[in-house]
Amino acid sequence: MVFRPLTNSGLFCLNLMERFGRAGIFLFTGFIKVITPPYRLTPIIKQIHFIGARSLVLIIVSGLFIGMVVALQFYDALVRLGSVAMLGAAVGLVLVRELGPLLTALVVIGRAGSSICAEIAIMRNENQIDALDCMAIDPYQYLIVPRFVAALICIPILSCVFITVGVFGGYFVGCVLFGVSPGSYFGGMYDAVLWRDIFMCILKAIAFATITVWVATVKGFYLHLDPAGAYGSEGVSKVTTQAVVVSSISVFFADYIISSIIL
Amino acid sequence: MTDTPAVIDIKNMTSHYGPVKVLDDINLTIKQREIMVVMGHSGSGKSTLFRHVLGLKQPTSGSIEVLGKQLTTLNKKELYALRKNIGVAFQNGALFSSLSVLENVELPLHEHTELDDNTIRIMTRMKLEQMNLAEYENMMPSELSGGMLKRAGLARAVVMDPRLLFFDEPSAGLDPVTSAELDQLILQLRDALNMTIVIVTHELESAFSVADRITVMDQGRQIMTGTKEEVKASTDTRIVNMLARKARDEEIDGDAYLDSLMETQRVK
Repeated sequence: MVFRPLTNSGLFCLNLMERFGRAGIFLFTGFIKVITPPYRLTPIIKQIHFIGARSLVLIIVSGLFIGMVVALQFYDALVRLGSVAMLGAAVGLVLVRELGPLLTALVVIGRAGSSICAEIAIMRNENQIDALDCMAIDPYQYLIVPRFVAALICIPILSCVFITVGVFGGYFVGCVLFGVSPGSYFGGMYDAVLWRDIFMCILKAIAFATITVWVATVKGFYLHLDPAGAYGSEGVSKVTTQAVVVSSISVFFADYIISSIIL
Repeated sequence: MTDTPAVIDIKNMTSHYGPVKVLDDINLTIKQREIMVVMGHSGSGKSTLFRHVLGLKQPTSGSIEVLGKQLTTLNKKELYALRKNIGVAFQNGALFSSLSVLENVELPLHEHTELDDNTIRIMTRMKLEQMNLAEYENMMPSELSGGMLKRAGLARAVVMDPRLLFFDEPSAGLDPVTSAELDQLILQLRDALNMTIVIVTHELESAFSVADRITVMDQGRQIMTGTKEEVKASTDTRIVNMLARKARDEEIDGDAYLDSLMETQRVK
């Protein structure tokens, strides 16, 4: 009885290490399989359509309103400081360095990450992953690699779309509604945003894409080994929720780490 | 049958899930062209045995030889090469919900052969025809009945003409008529494709109608292996109880069985 808390905490640590180890090996295997043949173009295109094309409208709408609200907030603050000419620079930097890749990743996690996790978890539940294995088809190659490649292609592109639309949303609020000169808006942005910022944006988008697909796929793939996930529909729902929560938090954490390293 | 080579040879196999022993000292030899039924109640270890023989789980001790290869010593590449000669039909079909019946069945041919699309399609349609599924080839798995799902899963399992076929619970969840049709299909497959078939089931009726030999499992142990007649003549109380329970269930369900037969005739 005295040792029960100690035993439980030991078991918890062991379980945590096992899960981290399994997820780490899964990611490593995923990367190895990405560069190993066979290369399946059709599933990758299907996933690009699912993760990228079908997220496009949501990204455009989100980018537009985020750009508008960022411009609105900065305009209000910059008017008080008498630096309205800095509006373009502020909007550009905020979108490129932070909000573009971060909010794109969160939108994709909500729309595609949850769906990827649920789909793979259901496949595990219904023995479809075992069926692939039994047909001598590598489940990593068939299920995981196309999603990894598609996310690595789509999330950076979607981030760029988000930023571009956001910039024009900011232009609409700053220049059309509040009368800021378009020259100073775009000129200030051109001067302020450096190649380093673009590099940070792309690096973040790639890191977030990796995290999004990694967490979603690993949670679904190992549904049967997850102690919290009861086998069945309840298990699928639990791991899907976990995947969204864990990938969102991981994205915030990675965002801070990358920013702190580059800045 | 005794002179034909062994396709599966399991010796002294023991397996654990964590600290729990789930299979205890299993010894089983399955000969070429034989239909072996592994029978037992839920939780008797028959599905675990199924996973071991497919190489989906490693035993704690003992050896498993399938098609002349020791499963315990194979790496993943060798295991995949071996599995190209093995067909597996899962209980619920395990079809991919995003693919049509035709796409599901032709998947192994696309993955493992260099055949052109037309040839693959012709071969796939032949298998679907054999399973009476030709008219359902464009349907999605969600649109199929339980029996059709099993037949589509079976078509996918045999599309590569494997030497060895595993079928998990072919009769589970099916009405007696559909179950009997599936049993006939299994016997036809053995004769047409000359394959060895291993069936895991808890349905006695289906087991006795297709089996050459039966292995009865209980609580992870192999109670006996023998012909249908030997199993029926067994004096082991566990087997006697199993058979008695089945006979009693059949007596009770006699009306339901007749109803289902009449319903089937009405539909036809």
